[in-house]
Amino acid sequence: MRQRTRGHRQSALWIAAMLHRLSGVALACFLPLHFLALGLAIDGEARLDRFLRWTSNPMVKLAETGLVFLLVIHLLGGIRVLVIENLPWRDGQKALATVAIAAAAVAAIAFLVRAT
Amino acid sequence: MNVRLYALQRATALVMVPLVLLHIAVIFYAARVGLSAADILARTRGSIGWATFYAVFVLAAATHGAIGVRSVAADWAGVRGGKLDILTWGLGMILAALGLRAVAAVVLP
Repeated sequence: MRQRTRGHRQSALWIAAMLHRLSGVALACFLPLHFLALGLAIDGEARLDRFLRWTSNPMVKLAETGLVFLLVIHLLGGIRVLVIENLPWRDGQKALATVAIAAAAVAAIAFLVRAT
Repeated sequence: MNVRLYALQRATALVMVPLVLLHIAVIFYAARVGLSAADILARTRGSIGWATFYAVFVLAAATHGAIGVRSVAADWAGVRGGKLDILTWGLGMILAALGLRAVAAVVLP
């Protein structure tokens, strides 16, 4: 019984919806830190520059890559929701969801390549 | 989620689609050239365009994020009633205040 009610969790659309929700929560957690970092400029350019130099650390670049993935997957997931709710239904939703996940991964890797 | 919050969630999402696309373009540009604080502030300080862009972005993100976290808190943690409203308003206000402070930090001369 338990397994039967969890069958839908293997669907690409359920995974897409879950990724959209989890990426949204993660971005909401990250935003205050992002704003605090930019707010360092209030204390002068040198303070922000010290922080930016710290971000050249490879581990920070990796974390930023994850953030790019989260941002792109949340953007594409959001566009998917807006399209489904406001435009006529079209087939191929599972394929589109899979393409969106792949596109987010490609964008994150492209960012990592450019940043390193 | 009531109808008002649902409409606000979708409206802020729609507003943010072009803003996020431009933000991603800036992120990729910055990743390639490795911007310093001086480079960033030279672009943003005194710019009414960037000030408007980031202020709208912050307010839309604060609203969208607060309503989104409200839905997750209600669905997954069973938060209801007054606590849910305090969470929504609290998070929204914190995000808006920190965000607008950051905008002021980078756009005011």
